[in-house]
Amino acid sequence: MDDPDIPQHRDAEDSDGADWGEQVFRTLPDLGIRHVATVPDAGLGSFLELCEADPAIRLITLTTEEEGIALACGTWLGGELAAVAMQSSGVGNVVNMLGLPNVCRIPCLLLVSMRGEAEERNPWQVPVGRAVPDLLAALGVEVFRPESASGVAPAFAEAAARARQAGRPAAVLVSQRIIGAKSFTGED
Amino acid sequence: MRDARPDRDGRLDRRALVAGILDRRGDAAVVAGLGSPAWDCHAAGDSPLNFYFWGAMGGAAMLGLGVALAQPDRRVLVVTGDAEMLMGVGSLAAIGAQAPSNLSLLVLDNEAFGETGRQAGLTARNTDIAAIARGAGIDAFTVGGEVGEGPAGFAGTDFDALAGTLFEKEGPVLCVAKIALSAESGSYPPRDGVLLQARFRAALAGD
Repeated sequence: MDDPDIPQHRDAEDSDGADWGEQVFRTLPDLGIRHVATVPDAGLGSFLELCEADPAIRLITLTTEEEGIALACGTWLGGELAAVAMQSSGVGNVVNMLGLPNVCRIPCLLLVSMRGEAEERNPWQVPVGRAVPDLLAALGVEVFRPESASGVAPAFAEAAARARQAGRPAAVLVSQRIIGAKSFTGED
Repeated sequence: MRDARPDRDGRLDRRALVAGILDRRGDAAVVAGLGSPAWDCHAAGDSPLNFYFWGAMGGAAMLGLGVALAQPDRRVLVVTGDAEMLMGVGSLAAIGAQAPSNLSLLVLDNEAFGETGRQAGLTARNTDIAAIARGAGIDAFTVGGEVGEGPAGFAGTDFDALAGTLFEKEGPVLCVAKIALSAESGSYPPRDGVLLQARFRAALAGD
């Protein structure tokens, strides 16, 4: 997390009431995913809590997101698809490591909680947040951008299928319109 | 075969060291970091159970962790260089936390960027990778050099004890081997990443 304060989020415009984090978590068994690597982000909501609480899921905490790309390549070589969950700023950290799944045609799955979009209140989040879709596309990652909370889990399952079929990384970007923009304590 | 006896500064012969260890690998998977560690592993004998990096510096330890977690009954050895390990140094924290009993790491430490012109590396100064690994909860030790305190005071010939530690001791285990800064002949694995991943994955799943 980038900010020391306790995370709070303004109401999300496109939440449609669905708990997308729980819905994504519920897709994991059918997708054969037992390993989830992460640098945590408040925007990942209930997804990380549920993974941590489930003894069937191994949650691998990272120091930097690029470790998660290499880890997911390793689990795939060992026979299993893995997911890497990160904040959008983490996409800036994975750039060189994405060469590994690209050149080796290894599927891996990224779940990205976005910052730096509409209503962002921390300008430091904007440069990389704005670059994320272009960065991923330039590095050969197929990008899925669900438009509502209830669309996140289906997009995640679709991204997993596409990653497996194509032998390439795929990413689901969960927008701030779905998550809600982060607010800062004491700010109006 | 060359032995790995240390030179006057206590530094081991990298090719003989890697060959002596990999001769005793059994069915272990080997993940080789980019550059000379990959050439050393290839020179010791190519195998579909070897995965070689040609790039993605800093990724070897975590790829090894991924294999170890997905294949808990398979021993996994990561062989990499000091600078590659340091680029992914946070991996040691992740590995220490996961504590896979089937993962070992061999860090070939020549205290230099051997591939790029022998610029001095950070382990030539104060950085001690084994100490960092111990700080992450990994069972770590050094062989060779002035500080070597490895199993049986490894002197470059008794590979059984060292290989036994790397392939049989409950992990995670990390060995820093202080090696000479030497010029070795090229011994290059295939560069085709798809070939490397497909044969490695098939070999892991196949038995």
